[in-house]
Amino acid sequence: MTVSRHGGGARERSYWLDDPANVTKLYRGVWVAGLLLVAADFVLHRHDDLAFAETIGFYALYGFVACVSLVLAAKLLRRCVKRPEDYYDH
Amino acid sequence: MIIDLPPGLLLLGAGLLAPLVPVRMRAAFLLLAPAAEFVQLLSLAPGMTLRSEVFGFALEWVRVDRLSLAFGYIFAIAALLNVIFAWHLRSRLEPSAAMVYAGAAMAAVFAGDLLTLFLYWELTAVAAVLVIWARGSERAFRAGFRYIVVQLASGMLLAAGAALRYAETGSLAFGAIGLDQAGGVLLLLAFGVKCAFPFLHNWLQDAYPEATVTGTVVLSAFTTKLGIYALARSFPGTEMLIWIGTAMAAFPIFYAVIENDLRRVLAYSMNNQLGFMVVGVGLGTEMSLNGTVAHAFADILFKGLLFMSMGAVLFRTGTVNGTNLGGLYKSMPWTAGFCIIGAASISAFPLFSGFVTKSLIMTATAADGRLLEWLILLFASAGVFHHAGIKIPYFAFFAHDAGIRCKEAPANMLIAMGLAAALCVGIGVFPGLFYSILPFAVAYEPYTASHVVAQLQLLVFSALAFAVLMRTGIYPQELRSVNLDFDWLYRRAAFCAVQRATTFTSGCIHRLGAILSHAAAWMLAQGERRTSAGQFMADGGSTRGMALWVMVMLVSYLVLYYI
Repeated sequence: MTVSRHGGGARERSYWLDDPANVTKLYRGVWVAGLLLVAADFVLHRHDDLAFAETIGFYALYGFVACVSLVLAAKLLRRCVKRPEDYYDH
Repeated sequence: MIIDLPPGLLLLGAGLLAPLVPVRMRAAFLLLAPAAEFVQLLSLAPGMTLRSEVFGFALEWVRVDRLSLAFGYIFAIAALLNVIFAWHLRSRLEPSAAMVYAGAAMAAVFAGDLLTLFLYWELTAVAAVLVIWARGSERAFRAGFRYIVVQLASGMLLAAGAALRYAETGSLAFGAIGLDQAGGVLLLLAFGVKCAFPFLHNWLQDAYPEATVTGTVVLSAFTTKLGIYALARSFPGTEMLIWIGTAMAAFPIFYAVIENDLRRVLAYSMNNQLGFMVVGVGLGTEMSLNGTVAHAFADILFKGLLFMSMGAVLFRTGTVNGTNLGGLYKSMPWTAGFCIIGAASISAFPLFSGFVTKSLIMTATAADGRLLEWLILLFASAGVFHHAGIKIPYFAFFAHDAGIRCKEAPANMLIAMGLAAALCVGIGVFPGLFYSILPFAVAYEPYTASHVVAQLQLLVFSALAFAVLMRTGIYPQELRSVNLDFDWLYRRAAFCAVQRATTFTSGCIHRLGAILSHAAAWMLAQGERRTSAGQFMADGGSTRGMALWVMVMLVSYLVLYYI
């Protein structure tokens, strides 16, 4: 194992993602991609196995709401099930 | 047509002989076995069999059909990838046990009767626990012990189910079984343990992350997929499985979100993928069963790939905890890239394997008119992307830079990951070719504009949800903790109950002993007092009295004798 802890010295090469401004660019890019995909619904008239899933932006909304509620529910779950790391070590 | 050599025996034999092979040649020797096995499988055709009679039981050692062949192919591929990934190992035990494990799983897939199945079922359990114990730590030993207890219980259920079934029907055939008789119920439970049904699932999250860097990759391929195979063989169209599978797909993802050990996150995510496969079995249509087989095939590859990438991280940095990692893409760019391919595959991005396999199950669910189940599975699909697709690569390779600088993964690991990644992409890009090995003919086109846009919407907005929660600080931090799951019942509650019962019983025994010894001491004291000089026992009594009592005894004896 060859591991070294690195404080981020000047001689190390800097990466594109190191700059928070670039991360924000990426984040906005994903929003643009998402909105374009929803816009595609207006043009495409998607066909689906279930009629209600053909509603414009159904999958976008469902994906977003599902993940936010997943995380919020998981936070609640953590309150009930979280124990110290050595809980099972007698 | 008759087969000379049952599939799987080549792997088994190679595994048993491997410890005798010199260490330099051992990996090459082990690589030959799955390669040869794969060639053998290509020569097999549906309908081939190997039967014999043993102790009056008609046994079918080998039964080849399209279902067993599909699982056979992927088990051989997995065994091959595992050897490459573990090429650097010098120990005797782990590679050898891993190969025996793969061979036993493959032989079980080709078993045509329940007795043969039982034999290999138990062998997979024993070989797998050796793989877990190869880690050599106290934690691994304990987890392995719990693992083997659960697996042997599954074997016992299988044996009891098979015996009951023999009594009920006079046949040991391993075919469609159903739940109308008691034997079938026991068999479903036996298979359910291996498939990690809800409440029978914790052995998976408990044991797999405790194995070695390479061991977890090996474990992820076989046991659960063998369970899925057995379920698809014996219980297609069992309606109960639709709900069981839906629950499996949904509930582990909540745990995956808050788990810190990234290999344990993957174990929860595996539980969730198994749920989709179980739903496919429960629906029991040609399309859904194709979906189950296809998804099991794809899952072995992308889950193996994800476990490999996390294994490589563990190998290089000594940890896979989300709390300690971050920024590793700088040190391990190739591993990060392969991990992202695995993540895209499990999340079912277009052009990756999950997209063409999971959609078979989703479409079959919708076609069956099961709206609620479909919505829950869609929720689980979004959740998969969230916890496996994003969380795994994000916390290991991106997030905040933890400052770890290490070497890229060794070449053998990169080759294994590269091959697995190529297969994931290959399945996604050429679904027609892949569909041709499924049990039934496929009349489904995954790449329609509607399907691609719908899936991309789901995924991109799941990613946006993650990003928004991260940027607003709502996303739960990675914490070092144990999260209680169902295994609390046997790891803590049952343990405490036994401990209390033992304390109580030993307390009772202690008190009883004290009372008895008090009583004995009192009696001794009494005896001593009575026999001391001047007391009743010491003065001897009279001879007349004694003669009188002897006479009374003799007379009563005489009277009793005449009655």
